[in-house]
Amino acid sequence: MDPIKTFSARIVALPLENIDTDQIIPAKYLKVTDKSGLGEGLFQSWRYNADGSPKDDFVLNRPDVQGAEVLVAGNNFGCGSSREHAPWALQGYGFKAVISTYFADIFRNNSLKNGLLPIQVDSETYYQLVSLFDEDPATSVTIDLASQQLILPGGQAVSFPIDGFAKHCLLNGVDQMGFLLAEEASTAAYEASHPARVATVR
Amino acid sequence: MIYAKPFAGLQGHGREQGMTTQPKTLFEKIWQTHIVRPETPETPAVLYIDLHLIHEVTSPQAFSELRARGLKVRRPDHTLATMDHSTPTTPRGADGIIPVLDAQAAAQLSQLERNCAEFGIPLFALGSDKQGIVHVIGPEQGLTQPGMTIVCGDSHTSTHGAFGALAFGIGTSEVAHVLASQCLIQSKPKTMAIRVDGRLQKGVTAKDIILAIIAKIGVGGGTGHVVEYMGEAIRALSMEERMTICNMSIEGGARAGLVAPDDTTFNYIAGRPYAPQGADWDAALAQWRALPTDDGAAYDAEVTLDANTLTPMITYGTNPGMGLPITGHIPNPGELSDPSQRVALDKALRYMDLQPGQPMLGQKIDMVFIGSCTNSRISDLRQAAGLMAGRKVADGVRVMVVPGSQQVKKQAEAEGLHTIFKAAGAEWREAGCSACLAMNDDKVPAGKYAVSTSNRNFEGRQGPGARTFLASPVTAAASALAGAVADPRELLG
Ligand code: SF4
Repeated sequence: MDPIKTFSARIVALPLENIDTDQIIPAKYLKVTDKSGLGEGLFQSWRYNADGSPKDDFVLNRPDVQGAEVLVAGNNFGCGSSREHAPWALQGYGFKAVISTYFADIFRNNSLKNGLLPIQVDSETYYQLVSLFDEDPATSVTIDLASQQLILPGGQAVSFPIDGFAKHCLLNGVDQMGFLLAEEASTAAYEASHPARVATVR
Repeated sequence: MIYAKPFAGLQGHGREQGMTTQPKTLFEKIWQTHIVRPETPETPAVLYIDLHLIHEVTSPQAFSELRARGLKVRRPDHTLATMDHSTPTTPRGADGIIPVLDAQAAAQLSQLERNCAEFGIPLFALGSDKQGIVHVIGPEQGLTQPGMTIVCGDSHTSTHGAFGALAFGIGTSEVAHVLASQCLIQSKPKTMAIRVDGRLQKGVTAKDIILAIIAKIGVGGGTGHVVEYMGEAIRALSMEERMTICNMSIEGGARAGLVAPDDTTFNYIAGRPYAPQGADWDAALAQWRALPTDDGAAYDAEVTLDANTLTPMITYGTNPGMGLPITGHIPNPGELSDPSQRVALDKALRYMDLQPGQPMLGQKIDMVFIGSCTNSRISDLRQAAGLMAGRKVADGVRVMVVPGSQQVKKQAEAEGLHTIFKAAGAEWREAGCSACLAMNDDKVPAGKYAVSTSNRNFEGRQGPGARTFLASPVTAAASALAGAVADPRELLG
């Protein structure tokens, strides 16, 4: 994973609540055994007609939002299924961050593991971003992970929370597996002092 | 690049917190006894995982990661795999084989087979008499036990919490973490107590309790929390009913849902294939009895519900929180004060092609799906069969009955339930997730209405354009007979 640096990017707003991971990437795309090609399936049923042609009224299909890298979406984004295919699809499409007022737990976790930033803001900032986008689809924001700040077009900085450990990993481009593997000794000690509670292989 | 330890002076590796007099919740007790490395201001806790369940859909990329790093599976003996999501549920051919016609699904299934063989993980493969939905087989085999930590790359892992285990869904990166280290990085969640007092009336089931809870707290109401269900109505439930409730914790946003173990729990586990035996059983039982929440322990949030006044519930919209009593009328978006809720309800009703003010009873349906990890166990099938015995499914309605596992199927057939379903005009199928998620051949056609005993009514969940009403097995059975949304209480007399 590449370290995440401060970046500026255009936003696109999808102001709906409770966007579940079935909408982000439907089950028919889950038969892959790798992570490729999922960007095409992002928001599939909202994005395409049954014959595969794009739906003109869906925001991501508008010519003026092409290249936007930050998705602004309603409360409780990413609820439902635990599929990590959801952040893979968002990244595959080209998103680097999602801004919402709240993220579902598993989606937030999955995103952080892949370097897709879940930026949680208060509802005032959220509505501000939605109307900024409505007025000018070329609106861009700056995201500074190190200082945990989202900088709006007027220069106003809004701070966002992020788990300190995940932030460390993202800023340094390291993943979390190594941290767990480094706990080998503690894990072995734990196993020695706790009899196995179950055995699937006998 | 992998993680290099950046934080100096970390203390207390592997040390459990000492005994305190502070009363603890069930969750707290499980959490504390699984800490490999405690949480610090800079790093989350490292938690030991007792049981890791895997299936074909969320594991392939995790195994690839292991291979890429040259890692082994640390504890194959704490891991179990099954095939459920992309498997067909079409009845077996004359040769006894279930053919997988979808090439991509077949590739995914054989990939799981190869991965399990290479890493030494036991697998209940398609065709085996133990295969089934991952959340059905764990409890069925006696692998799911009180006080354990259980994870799976599947959000409905919360099901296993019915046994007083801390069980939750994880993503594929975390599947790789657990395979490699048997541990998981976790920040400590908050706790929520949901108390259901009183007694359920006839025709009102565990499914109605959980649909009512989600309608009350909303689909994000439990986010960040582990829920403990308690109260007279919960204590009175069987294990399978408790599983139905815990299963849908995630639909209220909760990470996990638990019920304190009691004699109902212990009786259910005793004698199952992987249950402890002899002296081990006695030792386990002593530990399990100490798990329930201590008097005076505090929760971060509390919610209460009265079972006495509950009626059968049904959903009308496109998330599980959009539910109401079956005798109710569809709400009017215009009457909602919150603008984003108004937009959401309006969008949902357009997708569902339903009108504000319309009664749910009598709404025509095209399909009924009885199955999924929420309601595909033997007691669910018995309840549905009880209503359908000697009756006929309404003309033009397709009814799929899909047992949760091969063991459930076998038991149902031993009891003759399959002949009841078939005589009524329903399909009796092989075990699997089936029409719950539309990634196999079983789907609800576009624009059609289905009453489903599954857990999600999201847009397209049961197939592109499918319209889902979530309900209990008895409501589903009554609706199958009526050809429209129907109140099971009328048939139950
Ligand atoms: S039955 Fe449905 S909810 Fe349950 S594990 Fe299968 S797909 Fe997931």
